[in-house]
Formats: sequence, C-alpha cells, structure tokens
Amino acid sequence: MPAPSLREPDDAPPEDGPGSRRRLLRAVLFALLLAALAVPLLGQPYYTKLVARMAIFAIAALSLDLLVGYGGLVSFGHAAFFGIGVYTAGLLPMLGIRQAVVIVPAAALAGALVGCVTGAVSLRASGLYFIFITLAFAEMIFYIAQGLRMFGGDDGFRLPAATLLGGELSLGHPVVLAYTMIGLLLVFIYAGRRIAASRFGQVVVAARDDEGKLRAIGLSPFPGRLLLYTIASAMCAVAGVGFANLVEYVSPASMSWIQSGEFLFMVILGSAATLVGPVLGAAAYVGLEQVLSSWTEHWMFWLGVILVLRVLLLRQGLYGLITGRRGAGGA
Amino acid sequence: MTSAAGVTPLLDLRRLTKRFGALVVTDDVSLTVLPGEMHALIGPNGAGKSCLIGQISGELVPDSGEVLFRGARVDDLSIQARARLGVARAYQVPRLFGSLSVEGNTAISEIVRSRSAFHLWAPAAGQRGLQMAAAAALAQVGLQGQGHRPSAELAHGEKRQLELAMGLAAAPSLLLLDEPLAGLGPGDSDAMVGLLRTFKGRYGILLVEHDVEAVFALADRVSVLVGGRLIASGAPEAIRGDPAVRAAYLGDDFG
Amino acid sequence: MSAGLLLEQAFNGLQLGMIVFLMAVGATLAFGVMNLINLAHGSMLMLGAYFIAAAAAWTSVFPLAFAAAVLMVAAVALAVELVIIKPLYRRGHLDQVLATFGVSIALNEGVIMIWGREAVYASPPSWLEGAVSIGPGFQYPLYRLAITAVASAAGLGLWLLLTRTRLGMRIRAGAEKGEMIGALGVNVGAMFSGVFVISAVLAALGGIMLGPLIAVQSGMGDPLLILALAVVVIGGVGSLKGALLASLAVGLLDTFGRMAWPALCGELIGNIVANASVYILMALVIAVRPAGLFGVAAR
Repeated sequence: MPAPSLREPDDAPPEDGPGSRRRLLRAVLFALLLAALAVPLLGQPYYTKLVARMAIFAIAALSLDLLVGYGGLVSFGHAAFFGIGVYTAGLLPMLGIRQAVVIVPAAALAGALVGCVTGAVSLRASGLYFIFITLAFAEMIFYIAQGLRMFGGDDGFRLPAATLLGGELSLGHPVVLAYTMIGLLLVFIYAGRRIAASRFGQVVVAARDDEGKLRAIGLSPFPGRLLLYTIASAMCAVAGVGFANLVEYVSPASMSWIQSGEFLFMVILGSAATLVGPVLGAAAYVGLEQVLSSWTEHWMFWLGVILVLRVLLLRQGLYGLITGRRGAGGA
Repeated sequence: MTSAAGVTPLLDLRRLTKRFGALVVTDDVSLTVLPGEMHALIGPNGAGKSCLIGQISGELVPDSGEVLFRGARVDDLSIQARARLGVARAYQVPRLFGSLSVEGNTAISEIVRSRSAFHLWAPAAGQRGLQMAAAAALAQVGLQGQGHRPSAELAHGEKRQLELAMGLAAAPSLLLLDEPLAGLGPGDSDAMVGLLRTFKGRYGILLVEHDVEAVFALADRVSVLVGGRLIASGAPEAIRGDPAVRAAYLGDDFG
Repeated sequence: MSAGLLLEQAFNGLQLGMIVFLMAVGATLAFGVMNLINLAHGSMLMLGAYFIAAAAAWTSVFPLAFAAAVLMVAAVALAVELVIIKPLYRRGHLDQVLATFGVSIALNEGVIMIWGREAVYASPPSWLEGAVSIGPGFQYPLYRLAITAVASAAGLGLWLLLTRTRLGMRIRAGAEKGEMIGALGVNVGAMFSGVFVISAVLAALGGIMLGPLIAVQSGMGDPLLILALAVVVIGGVGSLKGALLASLAVGLLDTFGRMAWPALCGELIGNIVANASVYILMALVIAVRPAGLFGVAAR
C-alpha cells in the first residue's frame, strides 16, 4: 500500500480522471508561458508592455494569494506594499542609485519592514477587524505618500531613471522588463509552492481552518502569520519596482485602496489558494482591462459588474474551472 | 499539596469559581486527577461541565481559584502554553483542520511537538518523521491506513477518533475529553469505550460524559457536577448509591 | 492663538465627527446585525450628494429636494440589497468585500456616466446661508451648524429607535441571534433589508449635507468610508456608544491636528503626521484592546 501522503486530499471528480484536467491546466500554462516569451520578440512595444504588466500584477496577486488563500487573511491593503516598491524605485535614483541589484532588495526590505510593523498590529485582530485595519493602514500610507509634496504629492512624479540590470540592460526597455518580470514570476511561483508545501505552509493552513484548535494543540498562530505577512509584503514590493519602470511614473495611486481591491479581484478571478490561479487571474484581469477599455471609456463600470457577477454566480475561479479542483480548501 | 497517597496530582483544581453575569457556572469546585487515573465528571445539561474543561484548558478564565498542573500553577499560562505542558483536549463537537488530510491533521501535532513550524522549504509530504508519528497516532485510535483521506469526509465517529489521534500525537500526559460518546451509534459507541479503555493507566484523563453506564464501566473515580457545584465525588459504586446524586441526576429507577 | 480660532476648529471638528459618525453607525449596524462588510457604503454618501444636487436643480423647494434625494438613495440601496447583498449574508467576508467593492467601483463610474467627470456644485438653501455669532465677535457659518445639528438629531433618533421601540428591540435581538428571531416569527429578510436601507440613508444624509460644502465628485465618499471603518475599529464593532465617542475623538483629533502638527513638527512631518494621526490612534487602540474600546470579540 502506498504510504499515506500529506499532499492536498485527493478530491478530483471521477469522470475526468484526475490526470486529464491537470494535463489541461499544464497545457494552458505552458501555452501562456510560450506566448509570454514570444511576444516581446515581435518588436511591438505595446504588446510587450502588456506582457510585462501581466507578469507584474501576477507577482502581486501571487503574493496576496499566500495571505488570502493559504492564510485566510483577507487583506484589503496589499497595494500599500506595491506602492512602497514603486516609490523605492523612484526615490533611490535621486540618491544616485540605479542598479537593480540594490533597488530590488531595498524595495523588498522596505516592504518587509512596513509589513512586519503593520502586520504585527493588524494580526492582533481577527477576521473583520483585520480587513478594516489593513485597509486603514494602506490608506495611511497612501496619505503619507500624498503628503510628500516635494515628490509631487497627489500627482506623483516621473521616474527619474529606469532601474538598471547591469551593462546595457535597463528595465526601462520593455523587452528587458518583460523577461525580467517573467523570470521573477517563475522564481516566486516556485518559492510560493515550496512554502505552501512546507511544514510552515501546513501550519498556516491549519491556522486558517481553526486557529483555536491550533492553540489547543500548543501553537499560537501569530508568529507564523506575521512571517507570512512579511514575505507577502516583500514580494509585492518587488512587483512594484517593475511597475514603476513600466509606467515610468511614481504616484500614490499605485497604493490606493482601489488597487488593493483589484489585486483581490485577480486572486478570486483565478481561484484562491492555488498560487497559479491568481497568475491566471492577473493575466485575465489585464486582458479584460484592455478589451473593455477599447470598447468604452467607462470600462470601470463593467469591471465592477463583472466582479459582482463572478462573486454571485461562479463558485470557482479560472483554476477551478479548468481543473475541477479547489485550492488548498480555498474558494 | 499532594493527595493522601503522596502522589502529586496531575491536575489539581482548587476552589474554582466562574460567573457569567448573575449566573454562577462554576461554584467553588475542587477536584484532582492523578497520573494514570480516569476521573469522570457527570451531571445534567447546563451543569457547567464544558465550562470547567474550558477553565482547565485556558479558554476561559476563572474568577477565583487555582488550576495546577503537576503541582505548578498554570493560571497565567495561555492555551498554547498549557497544551505544550501536556494537556490535550477533545471537544464536544470534534474540531479538525478541514482542509488537511487525516494524516495532515495528526502531522500538525507532530510539527508542533517537534517545534518545526518554521521550516519553510522542505516539502512536508513524504517526510518520514511526520509520516511515522502520524501513522503511530492513527494506529492507536484505529484509523490506520486512512491517512490519505480528506478529513472533511470522515463520518462523525471517525472524526472523534481523529481528534483523539491529534491529541495523542502531541504526547500529552492529561486528556480532557468532552463527551466523546455523544452522537455515536451503538457500534461506534462500543468501539470508543474500548478505545478509552486502552488509554487507562497511560494518561491522566478527565472524562466528561452523559453516558452513565460507560462512565461507571471505565472510571476510577466519578464526580458529579450539578448547577456548577460538585455534589459528590468518589468510587463509582459509592456514587451510584449516593442518594443525593440519585435525586439530582441519576433518578430513582437507575442502577 | 485666539479663542475664536479654537472655537471655530472645535466646531469644525465636531461637524467632521458627526459626519463620520453617520457613516460609522451605518457600518457598525450592518456588521452587528447582519455580519456584513459593505465597502459600497461610501458610494451611498456620494449618491446622496449627487441626488441632492440633481433634485435641487429640479425644484427650489429644499425640503422637497431633500426628501427626493433620500428616497432615491433608499431605492438604490433597496435594489442593491435585494439583488446583490441578500445572497451574501451566508457567504464569507471575502465574498462580501469583493462584491461590495464591485458595486462601489460600478457606482463610482456610474455617476460619471450620468453626470460627467466635472465636479458638480450644489448650494445650500438660502435660509441656511450666512453666519451666526457664537461668541464675542466670532461668526460661524449657519450651514455648518445645521449639519452638526441634523447629524446629531439623526444619531439620537437612531438611538431612540434601537432602544425604545419594538423594531429596535428586534434589530438588536437579530444582532445577537439571527436564527432565533426568525423562529419567533420576525421576517428576518425584511428586517435585514430595512437595516441596510437605514444605514445607507444615514450615509447619504452625510453626503446630502456635505454636497454644498465640498465638490461633489466620483469617489468622494470613499475616504470618509475608510475613516469610518477606522472609527468602528477604535470604538468597537457593534457599539453605538463606541462609534459616537470614537467619531468625536477622531473628528477633533483630525481637525486640531491639521493645525497643530505642522506648527509643532514643521511643514513636512507635520502634514504627514496630521494625515496619519487617526490611523496611528487606531493602531494604538488595537495594540492595547484588540476588540476596540467598547467592542465585544468579533465574530
């Protein structure tokens, strides 16, 4: 008899056989990756930037899925860390620092620090309060950015200089940016999967299922959640660096609560607690944005409608629709 | 303070009192559980049995009185700290980690016991240490070979078994069992009584139960809680015949 | 610093506090009774402002315009509750947050579709223009006083409703055990709709009154919503008393802070601290009392 496993319980529907739906998912992902790698070679900056945008948001959504999907911690303030990454990429060049090898870790560190401090407060609260508090903290950070009048205040400022990878490679060049962000995305997917599958990941999911029970077994959920929150914040800040280079602009809008809501939308669109799902969700969201905005200037209205419909009518996101499986017990 | 036999009690409750507003749910309760002893707590619904368990595990804070574990006060310790000292609790309605498999649930106890909750990189699946600890606990409760099943799919009786396995995997010395026989059909009930019998002598147990027959068959000592107060405590035969107990709880046509 | 200035700031702080209170009380009521997180609450304030501007353009009889605006918001709120919110009561907070967020961005864009991107301006009714003397040689706009008075009256009215009427008793009982009162024959669905509409109307009241003071534009209610949520956290979810105290504290802290911090810490730091002060207060309260000042443990 095969040794019992600690993998996700086997709950695929019998009629397709567990294998074929997963093969379908792999095929979809592979096709997407090929397309993403091929498009920048076509020499069309508009589409190359689109691919970069998808990869950037995919990283942000992935980091949020760690919190929301696996941790069960619904944060409505995740864009704050995105914005911190954006501002890091914008402010360091003013000190003469342009190298990615400094800027990216600096952004991650800034995100982690702010995440650790705000997380330590937010995580003391449960459920409903946590949502409110993360929203409030993000608003606070938004106001701080707005208040920096020498940096344009509410309007923000142009990115002084693109982040340099080394040699001739600059993230200001769409093709370089696209490949860099895709590379980072793949690294983060890999890291995210390992974290989710580790003992730490199991504990985080257990805390989500029943934190009181976890305490009764002898472990407080707080330290693990704080670490998760810090990791997710750092990851999102890295995505922010990419975003600053993409739009060549630094503004508080990147940390608005609307942006936080959009990240959550991507997670749920793709299926929470799957990591790969939110990547699909981010790509789908960006695509949706493009299509809708080409039809009407009031595309935000339709985005809102679609979001409401998704929540009310569908029980699962893209990952669930493709594979017929749910995430690690998530929606 | 030790019992008459000179053994330090595993659990020592001294004059615990708890009120919710005007309602006194625990009224000056003192009792002990000796190491390896099965001490049953019976009483009518609403007598405050679950509240008492909650004050031992740390989920409720008594208004006055002391809780001692192995002779040391634990009143200031959190739920998780008491659990780490060796207190395991099973709930009236079994609480499990629904997203995890059967094996995954018991593995959590092992992860906590081995203080490895911050291992972020190595995949937990397929780790020999976790698998063996989980398999051992599952075998103790009769769920061997069921590790791969989603815990949410288990029948009610199996969920109780799993909850016990989770408790045992943490290597406790004291078990707080809150109505383990509730909701079980006759077959499952007999199996559970048999299982509890295998625990006798190996763990100190405070057993809250309504099934009085099972209690009298299993327990070394029986205490009776009525309206938050202990009205009697002693060997099963003595309790069975106690007129106050019969009047308050057992009724005249029992025994 | 003159007594007149202090007095003026105190009144401004009181006014801000009462507007925030109107928002906060709706939010805390919705959560206490229906376990509902509603991020579209800010949109109700916005709709109140737009509707009064529109209604004032149709008729110059202010009470009529006022009533029309309130009715229109109530209608929109009822429609939203019946179609979108009702299925969500049983779902988790994530679903509620996302769906109400969707409603919020749809409504924010919707008002642009109808009224355009330019800010709309409304003026206060003529009988509320002018200023009133509230101290020796010190004038305060009558309209602002009226806002504070109306908001306070609304708050008092709600308190009376909840504590002195049968309906209020049912609402409070519903907050404790929704399933039980259903068994007692109360139409829980209708009650939930009623609470939702009441809370929306309270928010809209804030918008109706604020409209003439600030520019009416898309998304105007959202910063106030987030401020109201911080207030709910500080005061404790489900506590009316907590919402009131926290709102007043926040209103005064914010108003005086904008004056004091730049003077104390210089322009840059002062502005930042002024902006962040409410949230710093929230963080301090949570660090000490995770359930808020008067809250019971959140569900």
